[in-house]
Amino acid sequence: MKFSWKIFCAVVVVSGLIFLLSQTWHSNNKSMQASTQLPELVSYNFDIRPILSDKCSACHGPDANKRKAGLRMDDSVSAFAALKENPAAHALVAFKPEQSEAFLRISSKDTAVMMPPFSSVLKLTQHEINLIGKWIQQGAKYEKHWAFVSPQKAALPKVKMTEWPRNDIDYFILAKQEQKGLSPNEEADKERLLKRVSLDLTGLPPTIEMMDKFLADTSSAAYENAVDQLFKKPAYGEKMSLHWLDLARYADSHGYQDDGYRTQWPWRDWVIHAFNENLHYNDFVTWQLAGDLLPNSTKEQLLATGFNRNHKITEEGGVIPEEYRTMYVTDRNDLFGKGLLGVTLECAHCHDHKYDPFSQKEYYQMFAFFNSVKEVGIESVIGGPETYAKKPMMQITNEDVKSVLSFINKTDTGKLIVSVMGDLDTARKTHILKRGNYDAPGDEVEPGTPAAILPFNKDLPKNRLGLSEWLFDKKNPLTARVYVNILWQEFFGRGIVKTAGDFGMQGELPSNPALLDWLAVDFMEYNWDIKRLVKQMVTSATYRQSAIVTKEKLAVDPDNILLARGPRYRIAAELIRDLVLSSSGLLNISIGGPSVKPYQPSGLWEGATSGRGLLSIYVQNHGEELYRRGMYTLIKRTVPPPSLAIFDASNRDMCEVRRLRTNTPLQALVMMNDPTVLEASRVLAAKLLEKKSDIKTKIAEAFRLIVCRKPVEKELEVLTNYYNKEVKTLKEPIAEKAITVGEYPLSKKVDIKQLAAMMRVISTIYNLEETITKS
Amino acid sequence: MDKEILEHGFNFNRRRFLSTLSLGIGSVALGSLLMPDLFSGSGTEENGFAPGIPHFAPKAKRVIYLFQNGAPAQQELFDYKPKLREMTGKEIPSSVRGTQRLTGMTANQASFPLVGSFVDFKQFGDSRAWISDLLPYTAKIVDDLCIVKSMYTEAINHDPALTFIQTGSQQGNRPSMGSWLSYGLGNENKNLPAFTVLLSRGVGNGQGVYSKLWSNGFLDSVHQGVQFSKGEDPVLYLRDGMNRGERRDMLDNLSELNEMSYKQFGDPEITTRIKQYEMAYRMQTAVPEVMDLSKEPDSIVNMYGPDCLVPGTFAANCLLARKLSENGVRFVQLYHQGWDQHGNLPYEITRQAKDVDQASAALVTDLKQRGLLDETLVIWGGEFGRTSYTQGTLTKDNYGRDHHPRCFSIWMAGGGIKPGIVYGETDELGYNIIKDPVHVHDFQATVLNQLGLDHEKLIFKHLGRRYRLTDVSGKVIRDIIS
Repeated sequence: MKFSWKIFCAVVVVSGLIFLLSQTWHSNNKSMQASTQLPELVSYNFDIRPILSDKCSACHGPDANKRKAGLRMDDSVSAFAALKENPAAHALVAFKPEQSEAFLRISSKDTAVMMPPFSSVLKLTQHEINLIGKWIQQGAKYEKHWAFVSPQKAALPKVKMTEWPRNDIDYFILAKQEQKGLSPNEEADKERLLKRVSLDLTGLPPTIEMMDKFLADTSSAAYENAVDQLFKKPAYGEKMSLHWLDLARYADSHGYQDDGYRTQWPWRDWVIHAFNENLHYNDFVTWQLAGDLLPNSTKEQLLATGFNRNHKITEEGGVIPEEYRTMYVTDRNDLFGKGLLGVTLECAHCHDHKYDPFSQKEYYQMFAFFNSVKEVGIESVIGGPETYAKKPMMQITNEDVKSVLSFINKTDTGKLIVSVMGDLDTARKTHILKRGNYDAPGDEVEPGTPAAILPFNKDLPKNRLGLSEWLFDKKNPLTARVYVNILWQEFFGRGIVKTAGDFGMQGELPSNPALLDWLAVDFMEYNWDIKRLVKQMVTSATYRQSAIVTKEKLAVDPDNILLARGPRYRIAAELIRDLVLSSSGLLNISIGGPSVKPYQPSGLWEGATSGRGLLSIYVQNHGEELYRRGMYTLIKRTVPPPSLAIFDASNRDMCEVRRLRTNTPLQALVMMNDPTVLEASRVLAAKLLEKKSDIKTKIAEAFRLIVCRKPVEKELEVLTNYYNKEVKTLKEPIAEKAITVGEYPLSKKVDIKQLAAMMRVISTIYNLEETITKS
Repeated sequence: MDKEILEHGFNFNRRRFLSTLSLGIGSVALGSLLMPDLFSGSGTEENGFAPGIPHFAPKAKRVIYLFQNGAPAQQELFDYKPKLREMTGKEIPSSVRGTQRLTGMTANQASFPLVGSFVDFKQFGDSRAWISDLLPYTAKIVDDLCIVKSMYTEAINHDPALTFIQTGSQQGNRPSMGSWLSYGLGNENKNLPAFTVLLSRGVGNGQGVYSKLWSNGFLDSVHQGVQFSKGEDPVLYLRDGMNRGERRDMLDNLSELNEMSYKQFGDPEITTRIKQYEMAYRMQTAVPEVMDLSKEPDSIVNMYGPDCLVPGTFAANCLLARKLSENGVRFVQLYHQGWDQHGNLPYEITRQAKDVDQASAALVTDLKQRGLLDETLVIWGGEFGRTSYTQGTLTKDNYGRDHHPRCFSIWMAGGGIKPGIVYGETDELGYNIIKDPVHVHDFQATVLNQLGLDHEKLIFKHLGRRYRLTDVSGKVIRDIIS
């Protein structure tokens, strides 16, 4: 290519523009910048602890082995005491920053004395130094970490816009907005609101009938009626299960080396059933943790304990069994910490926690609860149906499915086994494992819980049942907050505590602590009723706001922390598939059963397999099984389903409580070329073309089915023009080729060129940003 | 600055611009000027470092990692042990074996007879390095190689060992080395991902590979390894049922509709998505071009061997790796399966070696001839070593070797690594390291160092902890750096 000044200049100009744009885009991801003004009253919990924890605790924190100079900055006794190396000085002297050694060191420019040390990667900003200075000036008062203090229900805050709140949630949200000079958006238009709540409650877009009914219902209860209808759909249980399957790292393969098949899906069917039955959260979790230990335990309760056996299990010949058995117990313990307590217990696996007040001993005390399972590190190498579950296991008979386990979608009469929990008659001894190594046992420990959260009541049984009671003790400061926060994240896109899996010192602070506590206490007061909690959220005025964001609001609150606009987010991977299948009419709505293998690019499993086992070759399903909801796509852990993985689905390796939400070119490729989307486009196109209506009407109907609202005139015009152009220019062979996608029978009644043209129009609608967004 | 106006201008320019330019490989560099941000992730200032900028002057810009999946036996390839051959059939002395843990496959063996290599070794090049007869092509390039005979790891099974050498941790769910480099250095070519993965398989006993090995872990998913595979769809969902013009039309309509939505909602995610569609469109041209090996001259085909024209072979992947690397892909990760010789070792390893020898050497030579070896670090090796005693029965001409984490051999070439040296030593039975041990974290620290990154500063804060590739240990091996 010859060098051209014209092109060069164009490049410079364009890239300059893009550079500017990209800067703006990127700032979108930043959290709200803390104002550089110092608060009037410096709060230990909100201003100082995050600094101490992040920048000081690695050397002056809870980990006794790594502590430098014997000084703990997270503990007032140590911080105010005479310094070991210089007894005349004190790290902190209340009201006197100029006499506080810690303050002198953090504000020093002398690399020999400055803190954090010059050699570390840590640095304090001037603002942080000023905050600490002011805090000392005000007396350097310590407080217990907020998350370890039981939540209290505060009185509803006073607000100015008294006509806005619809329920109690709104008072807390509005009060915060008013403090920042923001006001809430109008209510979203009816169509977008229905799409939002329908996706949130059932994971499916509303049908045309639902849309028409809602639009026609002008009563004040119209929205609540629609919500009640959605709650009654069995799809509610499916949608609610999604976050729980991530948390419980549910998958259809054993993971590790050969990654053989497992039949854990009856447990998944139970989860859906439990949500639909609105099993309250305390029972829901207790059954899963200790269903086998409950008095007169039922088969259903035993099945629920599959929760703690969803972890990866090795089938690699030649492993050292104890190494792997220890890993399984560790996995359960870490899940308990992250998923149910919202703390990063795993940090205390090898040493005392560096940031949170959990000792390594306490880690292994928790570990002891999960350490007596009748299991081995490796039970069998990869093989036939007898390896699809590992002991302890239960068998689900055809009789069970007809009676007590009727929610299980057993599709054949073969033997069905599921891994569940069951303890040894005599508990295994638990030792602290030095540096976390299975072969380096230290002191023996008894089952127990971290004292900083809530000491373990001596009257409770020292087993998983006792642990469940401890978890649901109303004095437990974490359980309710953590789950309320996870659900908040489901509906509003971002938790009140953004780090849903870490409520500890290093986690983010709650954006609205009074609301979080109010919700948590309310949840407990109403006996952990999940449906009630969900309903509170989705019927709030906060939730019902329009998602339109003005430049002003974007500048003040780019991440929508204050919720002065409705949530607007790309939907989860599985729901994208559901939306495509449902809007095209292809969706198979049956619930549960063995996971299925829809279209997948060829060679993925084969290229990565050891060659052993049922999952070494991808044998795609046909017929109705091709059109199951995304949550039923078989998850082989080492090669997770690509179209889901590209949209940030969990690989189910470990407990996950918050998915990333990315926006990448690979996602564009999926939407453009995945046979599932193309087939849906073709099938819907054929269906519409068979109808006696004009092209514009057909396109409008497709738009409504897919985007869940009527198109505006301009949109319809763009799409209709596109259709007309394609119909004119498409050559027959190209059209022929375009429509041969997917296994669904081809309609013979329609013209090929029209079909291909309409298919392209519909595929364009599927590719709209708004289509896969709840807005 | 008014974004909407800017955005409009951008689209106007883009359309005109695209219509006047064909986006061939020649315009790849142009592409990277155009789109500085698309494939680079969200850098976070709170991590205390600016992604995309090296910590110090780098020696290498790119890495090609020829991973030998399953663990090749060092005794048959690089670690010449005449004494071991002499002692064949004799029990391994307990003073040598020590108290090391053994895998469940041999822990219960009644005896542990030593077995020397069935194949001969000779010395080559100015470095006089010993290379086995199984690697005649590699032997010719020893003066370009730094052979490390003293690698060791902590895991004794494939899954944790692979995960360890790729992510610095045995447990998984952490970013792979390529993801760290993508995060740390960004992308040189905006039409291709910074981290690509190529798979192939030999005839030997195989162990699977898993996508978690090229996972972005907790990093932004733009840093994920993108698997390029043989066949018509080299990147998942890349193949298009529309021709370029038709797709352009569709995308123009799509952008117009998306822009309307942006005007109404003001959500910056909408404009990001418009950009991602444009990126996808450009990838659809750039990827097939780079994957097309048909235009390689005979001299190159001869150098890599005839297999290089058979898609999906190790040789083809080596040639492809060069092309990707040449086009600025930061990290090209190959996996060649089939090195797990628990039994039938002489037969299997001969074929495995033949599969990879010529193309591995050709890759180094090819890069050198193009003047790219200085800035490209090539790595060859597996996840651990194999035992000097036999697994199973030792017969006159057959034996096997079990997993052995205590020592294994790898080689590196280019990228500022000293050429023509052998580093580290094992004892005369090839069982324990006696000089200059290199832990997996040391190896990783050294690789990062060559790319201009300090392994203690390349960090990412996740769930309250600052993570790094080398976890909590690792030191740069200065002796192998030129």
